[in-house]
Amino acid sequence: MNNEMKGAIEKVKKETKPKRKVLLNMIKAFLVGGLICLVAQIIIEILKKQFALDKTMANSVGIAIMVFFGSFLTGLGIYDKIGQFAGAGTIIPITGFANSMTSAALESKSEGVILGVFTNMFKVAGSVIVVGVISAFVFGTIRYLLGI
Amino acid sequence: MIYLMAFLVGGTICALGQIILDVFKLVPIYITSLFVSLGAMFDTFGLYDKLVEKAGAGATMPISSFGHSLVHSALEKAEQVGYIGILTGIFNLTAAGIAASIIFAFFIALIFRPKG
Amino acid sequence: MKLGKQSIVFDHVYLGQAAVATGPKEKLGPLGSYFDQTYDDLYCGAKTWEKAEMQLMRDAIENCLTKNNIGSGEIDCFIGGDLNNQIIIGNYVMRDYDIPYLGVFGACSTSVEGLIIGAGMINGGSFNRVLAGTSSHNATSERQFRYPTEYGGQKPDTLTFTSTAAGVILLCDNATDLRLSGVTLGMVIDAKLNDPLDLGRAMAPAAFSTIEAHFRDFNTKPEDYDLIVTGDLSYYGKAMLIKLFKEINIDITDRYNDCGLLLYDRFQQEVFAGGSGCGCCAAVTYGYLLSKLRDKTYKKILVVATGALLNPVIVAQKETIPGIAHAAVIERIGE
Repeated sequence: MNNEMKGAIEKVKKETKPKRKVLLNMIKAFLVGGLICLVAQIIIEILKKQFALDKTMANSVGIAIMVFFGSFLTGLGIYDKIGQFAGAGTIIPITGFANSMTSAALESKSEGVILGVFTNMFKVAGSVIVVGVISAFVFGTIRYLLGI
Repeated sequence: MIYLMAFLVGGTICALGQIILDVFKLVPIYITSLFVSLGAMFDTFGLYDKLVEKAGAGATMPISSFGHSLVHSALEKAEQVGYIGILTGIFNLTAAGIAASIIFAFFIALIFRPKG
Repeated sequence: MKLGKQSIVFDHVYLGQAAVATGPKEKLGPLGSYFDQTYDDLYCGAKTWEKAEMQLMRDAIENCLTKNNIGSGEIDCFIGGDLNNQIIIGNYVMRDYDIPYLGVFGACSTSVEGLIIGAGMINGGSFNRVLAGTSSHNATSERQFRYPTEYGGQKPDTLTFTSTAAGVILLCDNATDLRLSGVTLGMVIDAKLNDPLDLGRAMAPAAFSTIEAHFRDFNTKPEDYDLIVTGDLSYYGKAMLIKLFKEINIDITDRYNDCGLLLYDRFQQEVFAGGSGCGCCAAVTYGYLLSKLRDKTYKKILVVATGALLNPVIVAQKETIPGIAHAAVIERIGE
């Protein structure tokens, strides 16, 4: 390939850089993410009022219920379709965490329960827990030292 | 009122994640990692607690609340038993979420088949 | 015989009948009627995605043998490859055949890579009948290169959709209506693009390099071919390739298309930028383009299979994505 061609590649590379629909994607993420949080809030209020749970318990049970929905919709094959529409709107809520675990487990089912499901469950979600714990350790230590 | 705030705050956090995703052309794993650590960072000075009070599920649903819960329970335990409490108490609040995720993921994976 | 820098001219390599087996999306695409065997779901009657891809390869081989009216015992060699680690599809399918086997990896350029090697064996007088084939499957590819298929991550518009298809063709030394008259071997071209979700543009420079070398070695220009087709540059890669040629004053617009854009209807089917995968070029070329040559729509075409030579590990090490493209000239004999 001669220099003229190399130059052409450098030029056209920049010219053809694809653009993402930033505004439209942001609106879709906002709507779906907001909706998921709204549904969670409704569930938590029901748990507090109808089942008389205290705030912490209601939160924990509410999260567990949302995790169930995330897993269930993943199993049905619907979550990835919602995710394609909503982007971060389905990745950021805790349902996205459930989806990442369930989809990895589901996919590896073909390798059996032990080598597949058990081994690969945290393939995508592992980073969240690792980063979370390390951040909590660092920031917790900072706060602890400042508190003394 | 709490319903509106949950919708708005939750939506905003997701919209923020989406902008970072699109502008920096990152993959989802960067976004979740970033938001978890941001959640941990904001709880260092109790800021995330204030957000939870005002926005309810709008603050507890996003993955950032995972980081916040980890710091929160770590510090809570550390206040009781000293520094080692950061290690012993860190998973107290998030235990339900993690356990539920593992258990549901397992059973759903047993029952269903991926559709591609 | 070698021609120019990176090409070979063949004087007695002919194409027999080819066969293509595909999954559901390809069946419902614009070329659905050109395929020999199609399935309504991605499992293709098998238990796992990988076994489904093996079923497609098996179907393509069986249909190819039947259409050419020959038994597997008359085949000198099968040259095949796919996108899976260790190219397991061909490895495991060939357990059932008494045919010498060469597994090759060229990512999505595997189809023409197989043609090049097979043609070399035939033109050199070593073999008389060689099967060249390749396959790809959307789920095995997503699983290996990206995320679990049910993961909710958002796929950008630039993503190319790995096709679920297998194509196998017979190369022979006895005259048929179609001749493989020459090939141009590609070099690895790294244009320093690093987005694994935009492979069409990452491979366009490789197609640019090989096609330009082909024109130079054969002393031809675009007008000498009825159609120039790339394997899977799809929407963004195609636009980039046209622009690249314009920069060196060659206009391919009126006779250039891409298999990834022919295999699917981008507007009706959810395939983002278009099709990709080894099976894409194979399905379109062996299913559709050969029949267009045979029904006299085209007389001479240039098929350029393009491959992105990456894996998730090396991309995570912040490496860029090199591509390669191999070209084959297929022409109809007679009027």
